[in-house]
Amino acid sequence: MNMNSIFKSSTDDNSRQADSGNASSKLRMQHMNLYYGSFHAVKDITLQVNTSSITAIIGPSGCGKSSMLRVFNRMNDLIPGASVDGLVEFDGINIYEPGVDVVELRKRIGMVFQKPNPFPMSIYDNVAFGPRRHGIRNRRALDEIVEKSLMQAALWDEVKDKLGQSGLSISGGQQQRLCIARVLAVEPEVILMDEPCSALDPIATLKIEDLMRTLSETYTIVIVTHNMQQAARVSDMTAFLMVDDGHSGVLVEYGPTSEVFTNPRDKRTEDYITGRFG
Amino acid sequence: MGSSSIKKRYLTQHMAMAILVAAVFLVVAPIIFILVYMIANGYSSLSWEFLTQPPSQAGRAGGIFPAIIGTVFLMLGTIIFSLPVGVMAGVYLTEYARNNWITRLINMAIINLAGVPSIVFGLFGLAVFVLTLNLGMSLIAASLTLSAQALAMTITTSRESIMAVPREYREGALAIGVSKWQTIRHIVLPSASPGILTGAILAMSRAAGETAPILVVGATFLTPGLPSSPFDRFMALPYHLYTVSAHVPGMPADVKWGVAIVLIVMVLFFNIVVALIRMKTRKR
Repeated sequence: MNMNSIFKSSTDDNSRQADSGNASSKLRMQHMNLYYGSFHAVKDITLQVNTSSITAIIGPSGCGKSSMLRVFNRMNDLIPGASVDGLVEFDGINIYEPGVDVVELRKRIGMVFQKPNPFPMSIYDNVAFGPRRHGIRNRRALDEIVEKSLMQAALWDEVKDKLGQSGLSISGGQQQRLCIARVLAVEPEVILMDEPCSALDPIATLKIEDLMRTLSETYTIVIVTHNMQQAARVSDMTAFLMVDDGHSGVLVEYGPTSEVFTNPRDKRTEDYITGRFG
Repeated sequence: MGSSSIKKRYLTQHMAMAILVAAVFLVVAPIIFILVYMIANGYSSLSWEFLTQPPSQAGRAGGIFPAIIGTVFLMLGTIIFSLPVGVMAGVYLTEYARNNWITRLINMAIINLAGVPSIVFGLFGLAVFVLTLNLGMSLIAASLTLSAQALAMTITTSRESIMAVPREYREGALAIGVSKWQTIRHIVLPSASPGILTGAILAMSRAAGETAPILVVGATFLTPGLPSSPFDRFMALPYHLYTVSAHVPGMPADVKWGVAIVLIVMVLFFNIVVALIRMKTRKR
């Protein structure tokens, strides 16, 4: 895949590529600040996300976890008054640089939302939606993509006989896996998940978690979760966010999940994961 | 706490109920009265001939076929012109326009457009479509005039239907690298279409009943035949009803009511279509 295709024009991309940092770093934030108007929502975040890993972002409600996640695929662009400064890199390219094609960026960094949001159309059309918009018209090719994506999302066996049924007719857990299949169908490199299990029952949650583990072999996953056990179970790296005195989200601790959970460096992290607040 | 206070409360409740029921009755009674009176007085004029023949003896005999056709053409013309413009304006205002004073001014203008008296639209149509654009007194000038009047409604309902499309659908599409226009075209508009269609049909059925605007832009009491091109003059039910009621001496009463029945049935038919669309989409 063309590494530089997120630029609208492809001039001097190679020079931009040259100064990228760590080769295994897929996403990187350096002194990233997010503002909603005059409100400083997330303050001075520096972290890097490795390729083919699962990174969990945890923290109490309202600490800016979801806002921070939406910085990676520029979903905050949709909110009037939102602005970002600092460096946010995807494959060594600053995604907030002028000339970045946001549509192409979001194709390569897919997103799964808190509430399953299948489109009001058939299961097949839900999965084929992205590929179709990206220009794939051949029926055979679409069939293949739909089957492959649903298999990857561990949903194929449950829906293969009812692909023509509405995507809204299946259970919540199935709907969420359908949304994951919808993202997989456009072959992203990164999948952002914004509390993907918060609307699901424990069994459906476990299925999604298993799925994440499998997907992390090929994809880089960043997940926001309220559920600390979930972060502990699935993630390789954990970022703990909290609000400071000015109600801005700050990164308290970031490290390998096993360390953050068993041997936190910061007292506040320890208090949070032992359930003393949150 | 005697039982008298409870009794008093029950009394108040009964009185409130009685007033509410009376209010409902006051709303419904005139409608029922009009329908019953109209049918009782007009049914004797209804016949196959009445619906399929042109009028004779200045409308005293024969049928109203050209007026029915004229009204159908006007309705089609109205929807053809006002629906696309209304939808496009609705998309622009909801999806692209920034929330600044210009947009607010436009929104206010649209709301006020709905309050402009219909005869004013007629004069506007006469000045712009008939004279300036030189379309003449014609079916097309009348359609455009009624469309201008219908725009307030088609824009408003389009805007509301588009805004009612859940944000989750848009986000879901944008989050897989689908462009904004593709999202509007393939997600937003299909989801909003029942509401948009409902507004358009209502606007159309309202246009069917307008008398004043078409009076000045090309409706005529008697035409030799059906309009053969959009630039011909035409007959229409409301204007026909007005003329036979007010200007033709010796008009049999049942003919007037017969025209009214046909007009009401056409409008009701479209209102029922709207109700069915709403019911069907609510189930989904």
